[in-house]
Parts: sequence; structure tokens; C-alpha cells
Amino acid sequence: MNAIRYTGKTLIMKKILIIVSFLLALPVLAQQAPAPQQNKAYTIINGTAHIGNGSVIENAIIVLEDGKITSISSGQATNTTTKGEVIDAAGQHVYPGLVAANTTLGLVEIDAVNASDDQNEIGLFNPHVRSIIAYNAESRVVETMRPNGVLVAQITPRGGRISGKSSVVQMDAWNWEDAAVRIDDGIHVNWPSSFSRSGSWPNYGPIEPSKNYEDQIEELQQFLDKARAYHQVKAPENIDLKLEALKEVLAGNANFYVHVSGEKAVIDVLAFAKANNLTNNLVLIGAEGTQNIAADIAAAGVPILVARVHSLPTREDEDYDMPYKLPKLLADAGVLVGIENSGSMERHQVRNVPFYAGTVAAHGLDMEAALSMVTLNTAKILGIDDQYGSLEEGKSATLFISEGNALDMRTNKLTRAFIDGRDISLDTRQKDLYDRYMEKYSRED
Amino acid sequence: MHMKKILFSLFAIAAITATAQEYFPNNDDISAVSNATRVIANATIVTSPGKQLENASIVIKDGKIVDIGKKVTIPSGALIEDASGAYIYPSFVEAYGDFSMKSPDRSSRGGQQYDEGREGYYWNDHIRPEQNAIDFYSYDSKAAEKMMEAGYGVVQTHLHDGIARGTGMLIALNNNGSDNTRILKDKSGHFYSFDRSRQTNQSYPTSLMGTLALLRQAHFDADWYAGGKAITRDRSLEALNANKNLVQIIEAGDKKNVLRADKLGDRIGKQFVIVGGKDAYEMMDDIVATNAQLILPVDFEDAYDVTNPYLEDFVNLGTMRDWKQGPANPMMLHKSGVKFAITTHGLKTAGDIHVKIEKAIEYGLTKEQALAALTTIPAAMLNASAMIGTLEKGKQANFIVTSGELFEKDTKIYENWVQGSKHVIKDRNVIDADGTYTAQLMGETYSITISGNSKSISVKQDSIKLGSKISRDGDWITITTSQKDATDDSFTRWMARLDADNSALTGKVYLPDGEQQAFTAVKSDAAADKEEEDENEDKDAVVDLGKMTYPNIAFGSESKPVEETVLYKNATVWTNEEQGIVENTDVLVKNGKIEKIGIGLRASGARVIDATGMHLTSGIIDEHSHIAIDQGVNEAGHNSTAEVTIEDVVDHEDINIYRDLAGGVTTSQLLHGSANPIGGRSAIIKLKWGYAPDEMIYDNSPKFIKFALGENVKQSRYQNGIRFPQTRMGVEQVFEDYFTRAQEYEKTRGTDNFRYDEEMEVISEILKGERYVSCHSYVQSEINMMMEVAERYGFVLNTFTHILEGYKLADKMKEHGAGGSTFSDWWAYKYEVNDAIPYNGAIMHSQGVVTAFNSDDAEMSRRLNQEAAKAVKYGGVSEEDAWKFVTLNPAKLLHIDDRTGSIKEGKDADLVLWNTNPLDVTAKAQITMIDGIVFFDIEKDKEMRIAVKNERQQLANEMIKAKNKGLKTQTPKQSTKTLYECNTLHW
Repeated sequence: MNAIRYTGKTLIMKKILIIVSFLLALPVLAQQAPAPQQNKAYTIINGTAHIGNGSVIENAIIVLEDGKITSISSGQATNTTTKGEVIDAAGQHVYPGLVAANTTLGLVEIDAVNASDDQNEIGLFNPHVRSIIAYNAESRVVETMRPNGVLVAQITPRGGRISGKSSVVQMDAWNWEDAAVRIDDGIHVNWPSSFSRSGSWPNYGPIEPSKNYEDQIEELQQFLDKARAYHQVKAPENIDLKLEALKEVLAGNANFYVHVSGEKAVIDVLAFAKANNLTNNLVLIGAEGTQNIAADIAAAGVPILVARVHSLPTREDEDYDMPYKLPKLLADAGVLVGIENSGSMERHQVRNVPFYAGTVAAHGLDMEAALSMVTLNTAKILGIDDQYGSLEEGKSATLFISEGNALDMRTNKLTRAFIDGRDISLDTRQKDLYDRYMEKYSRED
Repeated sequence: MHMKKILFSLFAIAAITATAQEYFPNNDDISAVSNATRVIANATIVTSPGKQLENASIVIKDGKIVDIGKKVTIPSGALIEDASGAYIYPSFVEAYGDFSMKSPDRSSRGGQQYDEGREGYYWNDHIRPEQNAIDFYSYDSKAAEKMMEAGYGVVQTHLHDGIARGTGMLIALNNNGSDNTRILKDKSGHFYSFDRSRQTNQSYPTSLMGTLALLRQAHFDADWYAGGKAITRDRSLEALNANKNLVQIIEAGDKKNVLRADKLGDRIGKQFVIVGGKDAYEMMDDIVATNAQLILPVDFEDAYDVTNPYLEDFVNLGTMRDWKQGPANPMMLHKSGVKFAITTHGLKTAGDIHVKIEKAIEYGLTKEQALAALTTIPAAMLNASAMIGTLEKGKQANFIVTSGELFEKDTKIYENWVQGSKHVIKDRNVIDADGTYTAQLMGETYSITISGNSKSISVKQDSIKLGSKISRDGDWITITTSQKDATDDSFTRWMARLDADNSALTGKVYLPDGEQQAFTAVKSDAAADKEEEDENEDKDAVVDLGKMTYPNIAFGSESKPVEETVLYKNATVWTNEEQGIVENTDVLVKNGKIEKIGIGLRASGARVIDATGMHLTSGIIDEHSHIAIDQGVNEAGHNSTAEVTIEDVVDHEDINIYRDLAGGVTTSQLLHGSANPIGGRSAIIKLKWGYAPDEMIYDNSPKFIKFALGENVKQSRYQNGIRFPQTRMGVEQVFEDYFTRAQEYEKTRGTDNFRYDEEMEVISEILKGERYVSCHSYVQSEINMMMEVAERYGFVLNTFTHILEGYKLADKMKEHGAGGSTFSDWWAYKYEVNDAIPYNGAIMHSQGVVTAFNSDDAEMSRRLNQEAAKAVKYGGVSEEDAWKFVTLNPAKLLHIDDRTGSIKEGKDADLVLWNTNPLDVTAKAQITMIDGIVFFDIEKDKEMRIAVKNERQQLANEMIKAKNKGLKTQTPKQSTKTLYECNTLHW
């Protein structure tokens, strides 16, 4: 309570201490280097393996070699069944690396600092814009994903009618080229709003069917038509980069992601995709308000990346738990469901993706099925399930070990994690700061 | 055309004559005597609500009633008009409007403006009591005509601009008179509102709570000014004092604002007449308790057009009920004894008042009460009963002559006499030709239906509809019809003169071949029969108001929830006390308190809840919430706004209260935002869903205020900020400055120089340790600064909220005695949270700082149990301690831990029953109880979901029915509330 707390002498002492501790802390503060390539085998034993496809293997023996899972089985480990370093995961749980869809990780460092923001290019139709080249593999935000088990993420541009192309990356890399798992996995369309509010703040008028809605859809249609016509020409005289950029998606080789919400708009999207022969590569993102047409979406075979589970209901009269249970309602109807996290403060929240799945489980879904929504289902939707999303032989050794249920905040405590067999660090600058200050206080004690 | 011109010039002469006064020179003509006595005789006269005289007459002279009654003295030379069959009522009085006001100039100043734009007036440009309506007045005869057609004789008008708006004036709608006679009172009332002036851009106030504080302070200042201590002149304060004895009228708005206006009045010693409360029935007990008179809008909602189900989604159940129940509001207010005048304010045109009142009558308002609300009550409100409001000797001759009883569908207003000057709306001597007639012509039967004051017609020859046109000139009707044979393109013309007894059309038919034939078309009584039927139907129908709940929106309770005696059996109890987490334990709740904790408890009359396998905890407490706030979470107009308080603007109808209950929250501190270093005072509430705002606020609530540091208060996202401070250096000086001023203020207390200043009072409380601070803060430099400033001024900074770098100086916080209420894992959203780490809570806790996790977010607040669980993950806090982060620790920070925050005998029964360990991701609140009252029950919630769906369906059907009946509808509006966070500046 004294105005001046330190005498001159103790102040100098403190200063010296600070300098010393700063020097000590320096090597700790250096950013964690990405792990080198796997150069030895690992065998994880005695853990409970959550495969990602809904099944569980108790007492699992998982062998990792050359970046792959070469074997996964159940049983008592012996010298013959293990290879290389043996990791005893007794009482612990092994999970495939979680896959976060529709994120802007590495595109923005600090929300309020405009200079750090690279997510939204100007222009309405930007299919040529590619997120991958702006992805900052060394983002301080990206490194905080790893200790929670989020090891793979889709990096998606924002804005416009067509935002651009997303890519899928893994979370431990020197640069974006190293990080890339699947480059240009699809283009992203922001579906026009079918209803809009007239007037402006503070005197909003009624909600009305958006006057421009049909025109905006027509505009998109014409853009696609133009691209198709252009693609018919074998060697065009003048190259149109925007139209070129639509080749893969129109040929069905890349995903057609449509960010949309509301029952009416989703029905329109389904019809639009059908008319454009894009149903097979259509993915809905967001899709709030679709609980009553889940069966139709399932019948069309269209998967959904459902909006952030930790959200408020969109209407006053809606069930308080609607955002919590929507993924289950859709899955029960047969829709292939993944979970996404776009919205306010979206980047740092990506590390909470496992807990979204946990919350869905709290509202009625089987815990393993909930896990699939952030692993195998999402991997399937993003087209990376040949390598990622589940603990299966032949797939990438991208997995982690947690002390407890990884979908629960209390027990999501990672002890080891691997990306493509690389034994990655779970340290972050945040952990360094924790250590630094715990060290400070331990000296005071 | 010619006739019209003559008529017009006649009116003009009349007007000039009327204007001339006896001592005015006249150069137009020789002097005319125009003060003849007039008599309207043999009418049914309603002299005042409930008093009706049959066959009575009214005698008027010089604009006043000289006699009225069944027997009147008629002087010789009087002009007598027979009005037998007609009704006479006092003309209506409109107490609230902006009739004949010139709109003031909008401020042309752009950008931010913090200082006043005027000299010689109050420091705030929105306080304009010195405005006098008469200075903005220019008689608008067209507008007057519209009001007269609706039945109005006198209106009170004022300039609708500003928070204090100045005086209104009382005007008689006498288009034949002049301002010499029309203006009944130059200053008839003094006006206030909650709306900013358009004549200025001055920033303060940006919120409703700021508006309320401003009105309070302006009146404190006026009292001080009246003492003559001011050394400068202030015309606004002078006007506030000068207008003190006029009726004080405030435009408030909805029911909550009516209550706020009355509370404001209590504080500044005024009983306001309050404009608003069209949803008053939803908080009737509170409205009654104000004892305030209302000027009541009747702009009942039209049905929403919900034929498109997707549009229906945008209409909340509460909004649907507004439509269903709103018209019953006047009836319910009357039954509850609230005195109200009815106003046209809010209606598109004054003429709509009749439809609205008929609707209110259909919903149970008596005709007598409706008339009183339009005549005697407003007249009395304006202290003008001696002149207007009833028809009595000596009063102004302001009355309407109608075709029948008022507030009946078919009743027409013939004339509106104002100050003895007759204004004809519909000539009562013109024969009403509307009706259905039957004529026989050359063996064929024609059926002729005339409607709309002889403007529309349809003609049938037998059952074939003919093309037809009608025109009317005086008593002459001309009809043109086509032929039965559609290929025949010739026309038949009918000419008839109306009979005086209005029973038939008699005249000639001009056939296409040039032949003429006489015809008589006899009027049938069909229309009358039908009317009678309708009336019978109406009388039998009791208007069903549907379901009303507390609050009256989705998920409200059908009765106000009440306290129960409850015995939780066999639960795992998280006591938050020394015993820790105990299994297989019973907890008895009685009289709102935790009565007993033990094993094998019994209690007669208790509701027993089998909690086997479940966990019972004390309720979650959110130290930092912005839900349930009306019209602005920030008062951003000044860098210090200690004078404002969230307690003024608690919104008890925010659905997020219910959602929080479903997440196990029982107490929230509703904090002011972070727009300024010294923010406003908090409201600490219990989430008693269904109770009124004042019932939610803690009794003897600990006093709290918000401070804020860093990026928000220095306006770091503004391009060119002009408000001090713009740096952290300046932030410190804001505190230094205000604390110094508060110390100096204290020295003046009790002296002649003392000027009561609410802001200084509040800051003084902080310095005296009577009010705690919750300080929005992020980086260590500013946290250090704040503690040092507090120490210099001798108080303890109670809570640092957000405090994301608290881990860097937890030792200093501990030493100072500050607590930390932080986010579990938020970061990266702005520069000052770059060093935020999710271990923050664990580190602060490890150093002995009282640590809490808060939400600052309506989404997060409903799953703070999950946030607490993150303290287990990040930094390894024990489950028991982590749980305290959202229960006991925030209770300690809020100084309510003697009442809540743990399960201890004698404490408030604020309890949550969970299906499992509350920190488990699968935990769901089953029952949430506050003070022994169950406010959330997951089983009841299931029932309510179904009920909400069914009721929506039913009301949507009724709206579609209304539309199909041809009633007016409106496009659905989405009534979503702004979700506030710390830095939300708009509302």
C-alpha cells in the first residue's frame, strides 16, 4: 500500500534479477522449431485408441514408421510386436490428429491490427485467389493448436461472392510449402442472403425477402456459365485467370464449398448445385436452420460443415440448445457432418474445436461419433481421408496421446503428438510465458 | 368548379370577419356584427363522459357555451339549427403532438463533438428547456383540418426535439379564428423525452442510462442555480426553474421506460405525466405503483403477414402476442385504476384513432372511459378543465356533432365546432343514398347497390352484373349502365332525385333507343338486418387474449415462479466449503435459504428431488456480463461517466437470462462497457426470470463501478481521436484528475459553495472505500499504474477484469489485495492481448489472487462450467478450485460471498443440479434455483418447447385469418437485441 514500494537497493537487486532471468529466458523464448522427419520407429502401447470412424481399440498397439501407421492392433505388447521407441500410453488415449475445417489460421495474426490481416481480398469473384500462399506457418496462433490436438486445418479466404481457394495444411512446418497437405482443395462461395433487413441503424425496418437475391444468384450462374464456355476452348487466345481458376471445381476435381444458412437458401443451393452438376462436390458450410430439411440434404448426399457449436440460437423462440444439437440432428438424418468454427474471434478459438465435438456429445451424440465430426468426417469432406482423419494402417502417422478424453476441457492434456510421424513439440510461446513467470514466482517464494 | 370558388370566397370572408376584433380598424367594408347567438337544438348531448341528455340544445355565443340542457333560454335573434337524430359530444383534446411546429435545423457539424455548441446555456446541448413552442409555431390549417375530422378541438403542441424540450402551448383548432383567439395557453406544459436533440452533434449522452443521469444532474444543477450561487448565467437552468410549476410531461416509450421515467421523477421531485406504456399490461403491478398518469398511445400492431412461413420465423412469439393482446391494454389499465389520456401520437394519421378505439372497446374498454381519455382526462392533465373537456356553461364551445353514438363503426362525424366556429366534415342535411335498391323495368328486376357516400355502385339485371357508373350532384343521382348482352355496346342512363325520407330513388330511365321511362327503385332493409346480425355476433364473442407469461415472451412462466421447500436427496454436493465435495448428501431448501445439509434428511411438505448420480452445486456467478441491458452498454460521451448506472436500464425480458439459467448461472454483474476510463455503475442481479428489473437487483447490493484501461478507452481504433486520453499516459491522468476533483468536492460539502454532483458523489464513494471498482485491463504496465494510483488515493482496486497479463504481476496484485476476473483462453483479438495465455487463471490462483473466469459474452456465459474446466487443463488447477473460479471466487470479488457462492446452511438457495460433474463436457444443468425458486427445469423446458411451437402455429393461423378478412398487415420485422460486449458503442 506504500506509494513507493522499493528502496533503491532492492530496486537494483530486482533489476539484476530481471536481467539475469531475461538472459536465462532467452533460449526458452525462441520459437519452437518444427520437428525433423521421422528417423526411427515408434510404438504406442497400452492406450485406448479412438479410431475416428466411431470405433475404439483398447490396449492398442500402434506402430509408426516412415511417417505412416504401419500397424494398429489390440493386445499385450511384446518385443515382437513393438518397434523402435516404445511409448507406454497406459491409462491414456490415442486420437487421430483433429482436423479443423474452414479456418483463417495464419491469414491474420491479430484481429484488430489491420496490417496483420490477409484474409479478405477486394472484388466479388475471386476464384483465382489462393489462401495457401498467405498462410503463415510460423503464426503464434497456429502453434497454440498443437497442444489441444488440432494438427490439420483447412485455410480458407473470406469475403466476396467467391472468396477464393482454400488449402489444407498441417500445423508444424517451416513454411507453407512444407505445411501443405492438399493445395487448392476447393473454391468458396458466399451464398447471397435470401432475407435482408431494410433501413439502417438505429431504425431498422422490416426483414424482407432480399430484393437482389435472385439477381445475385443469376450473377453467379452467369459467371459459371461463362467459365464453362471458356473451358470448351482448348487454347484460348486470351487467358482469363478467373475463369481458368474454376476448371478444377467445374470438372468435379475440387470441392464447391458454399457458405450458407437458413432453410430456404440451403434448398436453393441444392437446386443450384444440381442444375450445375456440382452436387457431387458440393459442401455446405454453416447451414444453421437446416434441422427440418436434414433428410433432403442427406438424400442429395451433400455433406455439411456445421457452424460453430458454441453459438447462440438464431431466434428468441428457438430451443436454447439448438446450436449444440444441430450436428446430431443432421447426422441422425444421415448427413455426413463435420464441425467448423468461423465467426467472431475465430482464429484463436480453433483450438476449442475438440470441445465443440464434446458439447455435441453432451447433447445426445455418442462420444465417438462426435469425434468423427472433427476427424474422419472432416477429412472425408476435405478430401484428405486417404491419409488423415483416422488411426488406420497405411495412413499418415498424424495422431496424439491425451491423458483423458480429448473432447473434454478437463482431460484434454496432450503428452505426445506426431504429424506424419514427426515427433512434434507441444510447446508454445504461451507455455514459455507460463514457465517464465512460474520461474519468477518460484524465486520469490 | 364555379360553386367551389364561391364557397371558397365565402369562407374567406367569414374568416376575415371572425378575425376582426372590436378595437381593430377595418378598411375592407363597413363594420359587420358577427357575434350572433347560435343554437343547436334537439340533439342527444353527451355533456361529459357518462352524462347524456336526450332532446337537448346547446346555446353558444362568442365561442363559448352560454346555455346547455333540455330547457335552454334562447335569446331573440339567435340562429337555430335543428339537429334531431344527431349526437353531440365534447371535442377531443390531444395532449401530445407537434402540431404546427416548424422543424428545427439539423446540426450540420460532422465528426465527433464532445463539447457544447452553444453559449449562455447548459453544458449539454440536449437540455433545451428554454425552447418555447410559441417561438416555433405557425398555425397549420391543413393539419388542423385533419385533427378536426378526427374529432379534436384542442391540441397541446411542442417542439419534439431534445431531452429537455421546453414548453408546449395549447391551441384551439379554429380555422376561422386567428392566433388572437386560438392560443389558449402560451405555456401549457413542460416537456422531456429520452431522445437526443437533432440540433446538435454533442456526443453525450450516447445511451439511455446517460440520458437519465443527464436529466438528474440538470435538475440538481437547477436547484443549486436557484440558490443564486452561480457566477455565470445559464438560460437553460433558469428555464428549468421557471417551468417547474407547469405540468411535466415526458415521452418514455415502452413499459420499462415508463417505470424509468417515474423513478427519475421520484429522484428529482417531479411527478411526470408519462407518454407511453402501450405494453403496460405486461408489468401492470409496477405501472400501478408509479401512480403516474399516462398519455397512452394506441398504435396497436397490425397482424404480421406470415403467409410465407420463412418470414414467420422472423416474428418472435412475444411480438405475436403484442398483436394479440395489445388492444386489451387500455381496458386493463382502466381496470387497474391507472388514469390515462389517449393520444394519436404514433398513429399514421389522427383519423386512425377511431379504428383503434373501436378495437380497444371490442377488447373491453368502455365507451365512457374512451371518451374520458379523449376529453376530461387530458383537459385535467393540462389544467384546462375550466375551459375544455366537457360541455358546460362558460366553457369553450368545442363539440362534435355525429350521426349516432360515438365509437360505433357506422357513426359519422358531421361537424366539429371549435370556439363556436362550425367546421363541416359531412353535411348532415345531405341525404345518405347508400344502400341497396330494387327496381322493376320492362319486366326485368334490377338490383342497385350504392356505397361509399354515393361514390360506388354495382347494378345487377336479374343475376347478371352490368357495367355501371354513378355520379352525384346535390340530391341528383346519375347512373350509367351497360347492357345485359355483352356484345351490345350501348348504354342506359338513369336520372333520379333523392327523396327526403330516403326510402327510394325516383326518376327516369333514358334507354339506348331514345325512349324514356319512369322508374322507382325501393330501398331494402337488407343492410340493416346484416348489421344487426354482426352486432349479435360481436356481443357473444369474448375476446380471447391467449397466453400471458412472466416475462411475456417465449419460455416465460404462466405464473410468477414462487419459492418452494425442496429436498435434494442423495446428491454429490460441491460445497465450496471446508468439507469439499461430499457424496450421497441431502440438501434441504426452505424459505429461500439452504436450511440443512446432511445425510438422510427428512422434511414434511418438501418437494423431494431424487438427485442420485447427480451433482449439486451453488449457482454460477458471472463477474462480467452485458446481457439484459436496454439501450446502450456504454455511455461513451465523456471520459468519465460515474453518474450513470446499469441499474437504470436492466432488461428483464432478455432471453439470454433464460439461456444463462439453462447454463446454471444464477448471478451476474451487469457491467458498463469499456469506452471510457471511469465508466458507469454496475447492476448485480439474480437471474430471476419472470421478475421485474428491480426485483432482480440485489437487495443492499454491494456498490460497483467499471473502470477501463488501454486500447478501448484511448480509442485506438479511431482514425483521429479528439477525446482525451489517446495514450496510456493520458489514462493515468484522467484518474488523477477525477480523484483530485472528488477530494476537492468533498471539501465543499456542507459549505455554501456545495453543488450536488452525482458523478463526484460516486467517485467520492470509491475514494472512501464504499464503492468497489471492476477495472477492465490487459497489460501489466497499466495494471501496475492502476494499483499505484489507487494506493496514492488510499483505496484498494477490488477487481481487475479481463486482466490477461495478470500472471505477470500476480504477486503485486496479491500484495495490493486485488482480485482477477479473466477469460479462460481468449487472446489474439487485439494488440494488447498478444501476451495473453490460457494459464493466466492458474498462475494468478497459484499466487493467492482471488481468481474468477467471466464471460463478457452472452454465448460464453451460458457455459461457464466448461470455461472453468479449462483451468484444469491449462495449469492443472484442481477440479474443486477450478469450480470456485465461476462460483465462490466471483462471489468474493462481488462481496456477496456471505449470501451466495457456496452450499452452506443459511446461505441463499442459489443451486444448480447437474446430470454429472459440472466440469465434464457432457454436464447439463437440470434444475436451476435462485432463492429457493426454480427458474429453470429441463423437464419443464421440454414442455415449453412444444407449447411455444403450438402457440406460434395458432397465432400464425390467426394472423393469416386476419389477413384474409382484409385487415391490414405488416411485413415481419426481426426484433433481435444487440448483443453487447465491452466495446459495443451502438444499440
